[in-house]
Amino acid sequence: MSNTIPNRKAFTDTLVDLATNDPSIFVVTSDARGSVTLEKFADTLPGQFVEVGIAEQNEIGIAAGLASFGKRVFACAPACFLSTRSLEQVKVDVVYSQNPVRIIGISGGVSYGALGYSHQSLHDFAVMRTFADLVVLCPADRFQTEAITRWLAEHDVAAYVRMGRGPVPDVYANVQESFTFGKANRLSEGSDATIIANGETVHHALEAAKILGAQGIGVQVLDMPTIKPIDRNAILSAAVETGLIITVEEHSMFGGMGSAVAEIVSQEHPVPIKIMGIPDEIPIGGSSAELFAHYGLTGDAIASHVMALIRKFKR
Amino acid sequence: MKILENHEKVIIDNIGVDTLDLLRMKSTSLRKALLGMIYCAKTGHTGGSLSSVDILTVLYYHVLRIDPKHPKDPNRDRFIMSKGHSVEALYVILADKGFFPLEELKTFSKFGSRLIGHPSVKVPGVELNTGALGHGLSCSVGMALAAQRDRSAVRVFCLMGDGEQAEGSVWEAAMAASNFQLDNLTAIIDRNRLQISGNTETVMKLDSLQEKWEAFGWDVHTVDGHDFSALTKAFDAPQVLGKPRMIIAETLKGKGVSYMQDNAKWHHGVPDDQQYHLALEELESYMQEVRGHE
Repeated sequence: MSNTIPNRKAFTDTLVDLATNDPSIFVVTSDARGSVTLEKFADTLPGQFVEVGIAEQNEIGIAAGLASFGKRVFACAPACFLSTRSLEQVKVDVVYSQNPVRIIGISGGVSYGALGYSHQSLHDFAVMRTFADLVVLCPADRFQTEAITRWLAEHDVAAYVRMGRGPVPDVYANVQESFTFGKANRLSEGSDATIIANGETVHHALEAAKILGAQGIGVQVLDMPTIKPIDRNAILSAAVETGLIITVEEHSMFGGMGSAVAEIVSQEHPVPIKIMGIPDEIPIGGSSAELFAHYGLTGDAIASHVMALIRKFKR
Repeated sequence: MKILENHEKVIIDNIGVDTLDLLRMKSTSLRKALLGMIYCAKTGHTGGSLSSVDILTVLYYHVLRIDPKHPKDPNRDRFIMSKGHSVEALYVILADKGFFPLEELKTFSKFGSRLIGHPSVKVPGVELNTGALGHGLSCSVGMALAAQRDRSAVRVFCLMGDGEQAEGSVWEAAMAASNFQLDNLTAIIDRNRLQISGNTETVMKLDSLQEKWEAFGWDVHTVDGHDFSALTKAFDAPQVLGKPRMIIAETLKGKGVSYMQDNAKWHHGVPDDQQYHLALEELESYMQEVRGHE
């Protein structure tokens, strides 16, 4: 079941499908049609495609202007640039001015690991989730990416979506079961601990659960595709049912999904929490898979962390 | 408050057709009203509001196709106040046009008021929240592009400050407007040559703005930004096919009040009691002079 379709491609295939029947769907991009895989959209729907050149601030401003005219705008570019270079435009032109632009950050996290820190986005969840009412999403596989894309085309909300560059193993069997806005998906049952993951860490979390299961440790795995608004009830249920939470994300350990989980747990039902992510350092260069392994975000590393935490807090 | 109420009356009295003298009287009464608003609130961007009010008067009483009764009409022209700090001039005009009650001007900058110190879309007639400089033109490009793709007759107008021209995003938008051949877009620069730290040419040299904008592919008109005849001519000139239009309006910061004029200190200076009354006297005497032309 080795999937070869990257999430970014699942996104653009879905978008071409939707935009063919909805002339209000617009794509704006900043010389990123190749990296986003927008060639087909640009070729088949030129009237709904806007190329702004390498100018991410302008990209978001133009997207906001188009949105104010009722266009359903998807502004697409590498996550590292959209979440940093155009941050003030996201804040003022999109969020503050209430223009529902869907900001699609592709090749997020350490997708571009070997290209260096300039091309990584390990801060994007943190900054985006502090903007009032901005929806923040991160799909786990191609099916969930399609579901999120369809949801975004039907809902006029301002949103930031981060997706990776390479193909990831399927987590879901189909589009329908993969996504409900604002809800976590419970992917495995267990009472010893809960692993909350999102994006490309979800399949690693499932791998960890499998390893732990073989040793008689039952772990609940939650996929949290909606980072904001986060599923408070699912988090509190996990805290009550398992008493130990480990979050795993392709993001700085500061301010991301793990922090969002900790904000709820620490204030409403305190249980021990471990936040796994990229530590506070300039990441070492290498492929995405190498960086996941180096920073302990793979199944076996997550499993041994969970085991250590169970020993420390529960036995 | 009584003082401000008097100004509300002044504004109402002057609604009329757009002959040049009536535009002059209108802008003079708007100057009084915005000074009254700033004086009451004890805060505001006085200098830039006074330099841009003549441009705004021409836009709102001569150029823009808008209907205060239908502020969300999809076919309305759009005006974006990219130099959002001159919001006082915009608020008095929107109130005078009937987008919201004149009475509400008294709440400017007060706790809980929707009339905050930079344009807010919560205020009827405001199209975009601004205040961070260098944003308005990009959004205007997006709007004009939407209108172009829709083959709609909607026109988009965007007022920028001259100090704002130092923001790099302005030039990203300048390039894009020309690239997309947006001949439904007009940008205006309030060229008062002063920014908060002093002369624009000392802070960050901008000249020649005419040449820069021409090099970016715009149809550029440099005019006296307080000359209603020149301003209306620039706005009324036939649009050059496939080119966005730039009107560089040469203005005076603090225009209309002798001691504020061309003085960077009045960027966000607030008049005291004596200064306020002196300003009113000067404006009233100008008003009488214009009336004398009739």
